[in-house]
Amino acid sequence: MKNLPAYIVLLPLCSALLSLALSKIHRHLGRDVVFCALTGSLILSVLQLRQVIAEGPIHYVFGGYTIPYGIEFSIDTINAVIVVMVCLLGVLSCMFAFNFDTKGDAVQVGGAYTMHALLVLGMVGMTMTGDVFNLYVFLEITSLTAYCLIAMGGSRGVVSAFRYLLVGTVAATFYLLGVGILYSVTGTLNMADMAKCLAAGNNDSAMLMAMLLLIVSFGIKMAQFPFHGWQPSAYTHANTGARPLIAGAMGKIPAYAMFRYLYCIYGPGFKYFRFILLVIGILSVCGMIYGSVRAMAQRDIRKVLAYSSVAQISYISLGFAIGTPLALAGSFLHMVGHAFMKGGLFFAAGAISWKYGTFDLNDFGRIYKKMPWTAGLLTVGALSMIGIPPTVGFFSKWYLAFGAAESHQYVYIFVLVLSSLLNAIYFFKLIEKVFVQGEKNKRELHPNTSLEVPMSMMIPVVICILVILLLGVFNVKLVDILLISLKGVAL
Amino acid sequence: MMTQIEALLASKGIYFLTLLLLVLALYGIIVSKNYMKKLICMNVMQVAVIFFFLCFAQKDSGTIPVALHRIVHAADYINPLPHGLMLTAIVVSLGTTGVGLALLTRIKEKYGSIEEEDIIEGEKKFR
Amino acid sequence: MILTALDYRPGIIVLVPLLASCLVYVLGERIRPNCREGITFLAAFTMAGLVYSMIPAALAGKKIGFTLLEIVKGISLRFSVDAAGMIFACVAATLWIVTSCYSIGYMRGHGEKNQTGYYAAFAMCLTATMGLCFAANLLTFFIFFEVLTVATYPLVVHYRDEEGTRSGRKYLAYTLISGQLFFAGIVILYACTGTMEFVPGGFVHRGDIPMPWMLAVFFLMIGAGIVKAGVMPLHSWLPAAMVAPTPVSALLHAVAVVKAGAFCTLRIVLYVFGPEAAKSCHGSEILAWMAVATILVSSLIAIRKDNLKARLAFSTVGQLSYIILGISILSPYAATGALYHIVAHAFMKITLFMCAGAIFVTTHKKNISDMIGIGKRMPVTMTCFTLASLAVAGFPFFVGFVSKANIIMGAVSMGKPFFVATLIVSALLALTYLMPVVLMAFKRDFYNSQFPTYGEASLPMLVPIVITTACSIILGIMPNFGLHLYDFAVMAGNAIFGIMG
Repeated sequence: MKNLPAYIVLLPLCSALLSLALSKIHRHLGRDVVFCALTGSLILSVLQLRQVIAEGPIHYVFGGYTIPYGIEFSIDTINAVIVVMVCLLGVLSCMFAFNFDTKGDAVQVGGAYTMHALLVLGMVGMTMTGDVFNLYVFLEITSLTAYCLIAMGGSRGVVSAFRYLLVGTVAATFYLLGVGILYSVTGTLNMADMAKCLAAGNNDSAMLMAMLLLIVSFGIKMAQFPFHGWQPSAYTHANTGARPLIAGAMGKIPAYAMFRYLYCIYGPGFKYFRFILLVIGILSVCGMIYGSVRAMAQRDIRKVLAYSSVAQISYISLGFAIGTPLALAGSFLHMVGHAFMKGGLFFAAGAISWKYGTFDLNDFGRIYKKMPWTAGLLTVGALSMIGIPPTVGFFSKWYLAFGAAESHQYVYIFVLVLSSLLNAIYFFKLIEKVFVQGEKNKRELHPNTSLEVPMSMMIPVVICILVILLLGVFNVKLVDILLISLKGVAL
Repeated sequence: MMTQIEALLASKGIYFLTLLLLVLALYGIIVSKNYMKKLICMNVMQVAVIFFFLCFAQKDSGTIPVALHRIVHAADYINPLPHGLMLTAIVVSLGTTGVGLALLTRIKEKYGSIEEEDIIEGEKKFR
Repeated sequence: MILTALDYRPGIIVLVPLLASCLVYVLGERIRPNCREGITFLAAFTMAGLVYSMIPAALAGKKIGFTLLEIVKGISLRFSVDAAGMIFACVAATLWIVTSCYSIGYMRGHGEKNQTGYYAAFAMCLTATMGLCFAANLLTFFIFFEVLTVATYPLVVHYRDEEGTRSGRKYLAYTLISGQLFFAGIVILYACTGTMEFVPGGFVHRGDIPMPWMLAVFFLMIGAGIVKAGVMPLHSWLPAAMVAPTPVSALLHAVAVVKAGAFCTLRIVLYVFGPEAAKSCHGSEILAWMAVATILVSSLIAIRKDNLKARLAFSTVGQLSYIILGISILSPYAATGALYHIVAHAFMKITLFMCAGAIFVTTHKKNISDMIGIGKRMPVTMTCFTLASLAVAGFPFFVGFVSKANIIMGAVSMGKPFFVATLIVSALLALTYLMPVVLMAFKRDFYNSQFPTYGEASLPMLVPIVITTACSIILGIMPNFGLHLYDFAVMAGNAIFGIMG
């Protein structure tokens, strides 16, 4: 149990290496290994979460070096929760991907699962690490695997992946630049140590410069407006099997990293802290409105969901901009909730495309008759996006709005209201298509299935519905867990 | 006046140069129409950051961080850590470039060109 | 043991229709229609039984209620039973049975599609309504309020046609926007006062929110209520939602949705802000004038409508504003009258709507001008229609009289002669728009070849109509009959204004 954090990272890593080799023996051997490893990681991450709640933060140092020099994984309740979220979504989407690996030769299939495992590894590592340069390495692992998974989506995917690669590398470079500045003023790479040095020293202008670079860098990675340019086409054209993971989890991790820089490393003592929060707040407000407005104009469900992600990621950063403990808890609740809403909606979209080969909203007429569960997920997910109780979306919105009211930033409340209403416009359009619009004669690609879709698609669909509802009703449990760690850092 | 500028250039001038390199590379990524050129510019950008790290690792009267018998004070060596970090960064940039090149070959195969206009034209064919 | 069971009853009442809804939705297509309707009936009777069983305890002023769980940090999902909630719950539970019976006659008689979804959504609406009745704090109230908004949507778009879609969008636009503003209001209010529990007489004090902002928050919160209650100028979704099947209109316009709006207004004006704060921020005054305008204008519009359901819809708009007016007069009598008008209007208007539906199913006539001489064919239905019309106009010995008399007394006691005049004028207007229907139906010396012989609506439709008509007469003569609804209304009115009963 002592090496828990290491195992969570190592399992996917080993399985990733094995997957490619084993797929030479049998086409599906690699994927089974990856699936088992991810499940293992999920179980371990749950154990880790329990341990963190019971015994307080874990500081795991690799290789036995002392702290400021060695690489450290520091796990508090917040990132333990996020790790569980990433692992669960990873397992579900790996299971989901089983249905989409029929094309290509054995090595390609194995390679896809290698990428899948590495993506999970990168995100988990990025979340847990306590070292700024280590974060860069995991950031690059995440990005590189994401480029590959997006490129696997076909001809458009390749171009989208290349564009993302250019922008993503710019982001990584900016990150490195920011780290360089911080390193040159503190001389340390360990986050906790850096926080101490920054608090002691008087380097406000250098810190401001570094923070602006970091905001740009994480902004690009999490597709925060106005840095979201790469995102819609990348989400749209990614490999269908990997899309839920990419869209559901990938944007959240840089957001978490941004939180860490803002609140754990810089902290409210930083001279320009309010200014930075204001900048983030303004970007979020613009992003919420812009994303929703663009989403309304789309016909392709993937594009709708991608633009809606631009809006939804802004909810998370809005929470950072508000900064009270409850608002931050709302941010993280939204982070976890939105992973399953967006992941779930992409599961549903993938299931529909698996069955009917279409992503066009106009082909969705009365799909609920043939695919009741999928339609149920679309409905629940959509309601949660709008923020209708008792789904999780409502409660995260509540915490954000309440945080804004507490700190007298009433404008944010009305922006949240406006954004919900804009969301309602296009998500009710989706619901209307699914339930009301006239039926079209669609050809089923897979006509003979006993369930509406195979079991390996059904399970993610059902789990997402459950998570969205249960997380909503029992949100206080999660918020309590988050508040343990948030109390010390928030405003 | 002149002496001040000279002093500034002597101490900070190299940073201006790396910054110039960075901005040029960024400009190149944005304006060039050829994807290969974009990739090259991206690489230049990474190199600029590597220079930045190596520059601030330098100091006067420090030697390379290899332990010598004659020099016993740590202060007489330059900081080895940025160099170590940059080794990693170089590896990462190699990886990124590799993936980028692989993608470019694919784009060339599928679209028959790596010019932006041709690709945008070609994208309309695929859904 | 019995006491604890009593405490959990509100929760069980909410759960019963929820279960029924899920069961109907999941099993609906696989079991025979009779079984499906059996589930609905079982749930309806169970629920009504449970609600009635709480009457003695609630009358005795006992505190019933429990906390389910902490729904957000610091606020719990709490149910409690009070007089105002009991009134609404009794009405909704009773009328669910009646409407279910009527639905069966109507939906089968008309050969409707998508009946499973219809019954499931219907039960869901009742879940939300019951939640509203027993919600002990604003957040619980809001959660069920939003559930009601969403659950009504499938009923509005029931026919899945162009017109239904359009009305559905209109309905959503109005209710969602107002609902979200309500949300903003709740958040701000909670941040300023730090509490959410409903208290008779309100928990907001004068100084809690600076003056002009108080009015803003008041209207943010009241907005959701008055949109659902169709106060002009926010009423236009209500006539548009007429495209739905008639039992839905009956539910929408008499039981659940619009009454939820009125109830919401009641809770916010009298249980959140309270008479003091509502008066000091001038919110109640503005609200009262809006209600007056609505009563008069809607009656005038109703006169011009030829479509029977549309005429009834505008009549609903007007009648609901009686409730709003009663609330915003801020006197114990008026509050009692407003609460009792929830009962009165429910029985009267559901009768009228069910008559309209029965006529439509039996003769396929929608417009009043085509109904000349219909009394010969459907004497029972039209007699009921006549009686209910008189009740709407507020004739003595009908249920409408009791509530209106109370509201008028309230207005007199507060010295508002104009409101009294409005109420009297509107009673005359009600006669003007409803009596022509009756007169045409029973026109003598006129032979309409379309209605040659006797041919009543089917029994499942006729029985509910007769029952509700009977109720509106009985409750008019003995306001306390059976369920002690008048006592509850008086209790609530006294509690709000701090009068010891």
